Amino acid sequence: MKRIWILLSVLALAAAVAPFTGPFVILLLAQILVLGIIAMSVDLLLGYTGLPSLGQAAYLGVGAYLTAILATKFGFGLGWDFWLVVLMGMAAGAATAGFFGLFAIRASGVYFLMITLALGMCVWGLAYRWNSVTGGDNGINMRGRPKFGIELANDLTFFYVVLGLFIASFFALHLLVSSPFGKSLVGIRERELRMRILGYNTWLHKYIAFVIAGGFGGLAGVLWAHLNGIVSPVDVLLPASVDALLMVVLGGPGTLVGGLIGATVVVFLREYLATMVQWWQYVLGAVYVLTILYLPGGIMGLFKGGKA
Amino acid sequence: MREVTLEVSPGERKAIIGPNGAGKTTLFNLITGVFPPSSGEIILFGKEVTRWPPHKRTALGMARTFQITSLFPKLTVLDNVLLALAGVGRAKLVMWRPLSSYEKFQNRARELLDGAGYWDRRDVQVRNLSHGEQRQIEVLLGLASDPKLLLLDEPAAGLSSGESREMAEFLKRLDPSLAILLIEHDMDVVFDVVSSISVLHFGAVVEQGSAAAIKRSERVQQIYLGTG
Repeated sequence: MKRIWILLSVLALAAAVAPFTGPFVILLLAQILVLGIIAMSVDLLLGYTGLPSLGQAAYLGVGAYLTAILATKFGFGLGWDFWLVVLMGMAAGAATAGFFGLFAIRASGVYFLMITLALGMCVWGLAYRWNSVTGGDNGINMRGRPKFGIELANDLTFFYVVLGLFIASFFALHLLVSSPFGKSLVGIRERELRMRILGYNTWLHKYIAFVIAGGFGGLAGVLWAHLNGIVSPVDVLLPASVDALLMVVLGGPGTLVGGLIGATVVVFLREYLATMVQWWQYVLGAVYVLTILYLPGGIMGLFKGGKA
Repeated sequence: MREVTLEVSPGERKAIIGPNGAGKTTLFNLITGVFPPSSGEIILFGKEVTRWPPHKRTALGMARTFQITSLFPKLTVLDNVLLALAGVGRAKLVMWRPLSSYEKFQNRARELLDGAGYWDRRDVQVRNLSHGEQRQIEVLLGLASDPKLLLLDEPAAGLSSGESREMAEFLKRLDPSLAILLIEHDMDVVFDVVSSISVLHFGAVVEQGSAAAIKRSERVQQIYLGTG
């Protein structure tokens, strides 16, 4: 409970300070929140269910491409129908995960990692090769953000919308992980055979978690498209999935909040360190290695009661 | 396993004994559905369940414990029991309501833990309990689903003689309408808890009868002394 209040105060502080910063910082904050959503979706799989997904960018990609294609080819989703696109993005992410899950959930551990990686690459291949729809290597350039009473073209307004959706996602997932279903995921992570003997259809539980994570990946994708104004295959490339996974590891798996912390650290290191030194990637690498070696509970592990 | 015919009536307390490698745990895995049998059938409460997955058999009223402690080590004692309670029934797929808000689970967990003397330590992580305590929690998880048939795989494995006696007392206090199928090497526990015994040797039942008759059987003596 205390953790939620700390999170909300930090977010409120960010919301209060945002108007007094420049557009660069505002977009950085929005980027952190979007990455925070996808990191939470990875955390649901990795931290709670014990499934290391290395293909989460695929669902972000599905949501982002859907948003971009609808906006540029059909002019859809640039008014009130933006909220419809949000729902469609989630549905598309969930549906893709529903299809991929049929293959991936059969495996566990490193095999699950490999399969999700391979499936993620399929989406990348599609984005890269299907020129007529995805624009191939060039991607899709979007013309402006939605406008419905409020103008999302204003970075600050857009940031507040993203903030609202982040908070909604957080509370939805927070409720989910404390529900009987969420607790069953933790049980599966700890000892799957025992869960089966206790009466759980563990395959179904893992599958549903996978689909839900895909849905939140799709949501992040819709926001990602509008944040950058361009969607390209780089967004669904392997490093995007790896980043999402590492943000969770860095922040602390099994905490939800950890994903946001990890996203914050990664984004700030990337943006600020990159302007200072050329070897910034080594710093990020060292941070990861040290976290895995000395902080298995991530940054959240520093505080008491990391694991939920 | 070959030619094993075993019947447990409601409320019966039966033990399966036999030397190491006789197939006792394998038999349990077949009964609970961890592995499918290559032939033969398994009938549970009048239903043919030979091809059913484990979770469906549990829903029907069967529960088991494991020879090697299979708890959720990083979860608290209370959460272990709550997971077991939520395993039967529809609540396990509910995502929009905290598990802690289910009063029927909380009350039942309290009952179970109070009965076994663990309520005060409900917030302790299971990995921090002693081996003997973990064996008792193991049985509690089996009881949580309110089974009509409980399969206990060496509940006293690795326990000191004092702890074994405590375990036997604990088992004897259980609801008499609960049928128990017990695998156990500790004969004091076996004779204390059950009324009938089946002896398994090289995957087949070689002797069946009341506890007293098995105790006198020469064949069983031979098997255990290694001349059989």
